[in-house]
Amino acid sequence: MADSILVIVEQREGKLNRVSWETLTAGQALAAETGWTLEAAVAGSGVTNLANEIAGKKVAKVYALESPKLEPYTPDAFAAGLKQFIASKQPRLVLMPHTYQVRDFVPKLTTAMERTAISDCIGYKKDGARLLFTRQMFQGKLAADVSFTCDAPWFVTFQNGAFRADKVEAGSAAAPVETVNVEIADGIIRNKPQEVFKEAKQAVDLTQAEIIVSVGRGIKEQKNIELAKQLAEALGGELAASRPICDSGWLPMDRQIGSSGQTVAPKLYLALGISGAIQHIVGMKGARTIIAINKDSEAPIFEIADYAVVGNLFDIVPPLIEEVKKAKAGA
Amino acid sequence: MKILVCMKQVPQKDAPLKLNESGTWIREDVSYEVNEPDAFALEEALRQKEKHSGEVVVITAGPARAQQVLREALAKGADRAIHLEDNAFVSLDASNTARAFAAAIKDEKFDLIFTGLQSDDYGYAQTGVVLAELLGWPHATIIMQIEKTDGGIRVKRELEAGYFQFVDMPLPALLTIQSGINKLRYATLIGIKQAKNKPMRKVMLAEVQSAIGANMQKIERLYVPQKTKNTEFLEGPPAEVAKKLVEKLRNEVRVL
Repeated sequence: MADSILVIVEQREGKLNRVSWETLTAGQALAAETGWTLEAAVAGSGVTNLANEIAGKKVAKVYALESPKLEPYTPDAFAAGLKQFIASKQPRLVLMPHTYQVRDFVPKLTTAMERTAISDCIGYKKDGARLLFTRQMFQGKLAADVSFTCDAPWFVTFQNGAFRADKVEAGSAAAPVETVNVEIADGIIRNKPQEVFKEAKQAVDLTQAEIIVSVGRGIKEQKNIELAKQLAEALGGELAASRPICDSGWLPMDRQIGSSGQTVAPKLYLALGISGAIQHIVGMKGARTIIAINKDSEAPIFEIADYAVVGNLFDIVPPLIEEVKKAKAGA
Repeated sequence: MKILVCMKQVPQKDAPLKLNESGTWIREDVSYEVNEPDAFALEEALRQKEKHSGEVVVITAGPARAQQVLREALAKGADRAIHLEDNAFVSLDASNTARAFAAAIKDEKFDLIFTGLQSDDYGYAQTGVVLAELLGWPHATIIMQIEKTDGGIRVKRELEAGYFQFVDMPLPALLTIQSGINKLRYATLIGIKQAKNKPMRKVMLAEVQSAIGANMQKIERLYVPQKTKNTEFLEGPPAEVAKKLVEKLRNEVRVL
């Protein structure tokens, strides 16, 4: 067992996923805390350039895990390739971003290695000699400190936004890069992935909106969307929604905020009847000001709100529209 | 097609949660409901059966109360149910839950297994994929569409930020289903009546114990998260709150 931390970054079509830098920041913090060596790896076909890009950061070494079978991504190839590499290096900690791709192969990888992953973590704590990883539970209503009760390697995935990408430290000199050709046996890849595509041209680019009024389940019925729309119009903002609203077809999918929709950072995000499930929060927590109106005083959205109103949105929004109109008329 | 749907009972979305005395789990005296993505997984299985015929079997692990999830599934049209009944199942990690399921279905032959993409309580997003690996099956996650093809199935995977991908895969296979893949049906009165006579197999902890190991991860402490923001709560009658909000919008947020 090596006293090392391995960060596996994510790339797609030759580009590093931004959250990779966040995971690297987490790795650097953990390395400073534990005194363990920090290494990084990128898997794919023709990923030396990406490995070189990472080697500019403060890491001891970067591995380019190469195989033509790693492109396009399949869980079978990734689990096989990474198992081989991790088994040979035996790091104590393996860190990855909690992306859709990582969610797809990590449980397979850890099961094949008779290990486990503490998934979707938002931080870590040092408790004497051991490490605890903090993750949200019950849709963010509670948090848990979780420990490993098995042998290393310990696998941890971090939630999008848990660490700051811009805090990743540069190295004093470029770290060495080693190419490792992983052997992936013929016939183990069972899925045949087709091209990645976007459903429809996005009609609305919410990322450019300065003001967003967003509705969640608390809006209750489709006809009530009109109320939120009136508020958005009064404020001169865009209307958006959490996933269940778009799933129900009450608003088109291109107005969805969250991990499966758009990620926004407006000046004002006004959340109406949104409880604040993790999947939604990752898409809007970068907003400069968050106002939340929800009848459930325990709704996780209040954890990140700047201004909170516990109450019935149907009572509060109509007078709010009037006051906004008055203010605009007076200005 | 013979389809197994793994389902879970979780606390209701709006249920106020209280911590137990040791601060390691919630007090169990809350209202429960079916894990939402699992409801979509069941609906998809029922639709596949309607198209291609076959059988839909539902499985859950949990104490007696968890049976409600299976009863509802049977009322909606599932053919039979498997209940791993014990309080101990609640505290199993994802890996052990998958092991318990694998042991409980070892004499069955399914073409497909569906699970929700994650649970609303733990939110591991792991049990389904672990189960696929234990069975040696291919899997695909966060699925928004399933079509039968000559050699197997073609599924539509949701990727991040509005991207999708079709994947062709052989059977048997395990799929984790995304919420919103379909429109949920309600149970009919006749369905509810018929459910009473549908088979429900109970599996005791002892029957699957040998397949389960020690948990590989442990919740040391469960707690109400500390606020990272200084939230200002605006109170009063609606008209007054509206005035206060507009004042903030004008003077603090500066968007008016």
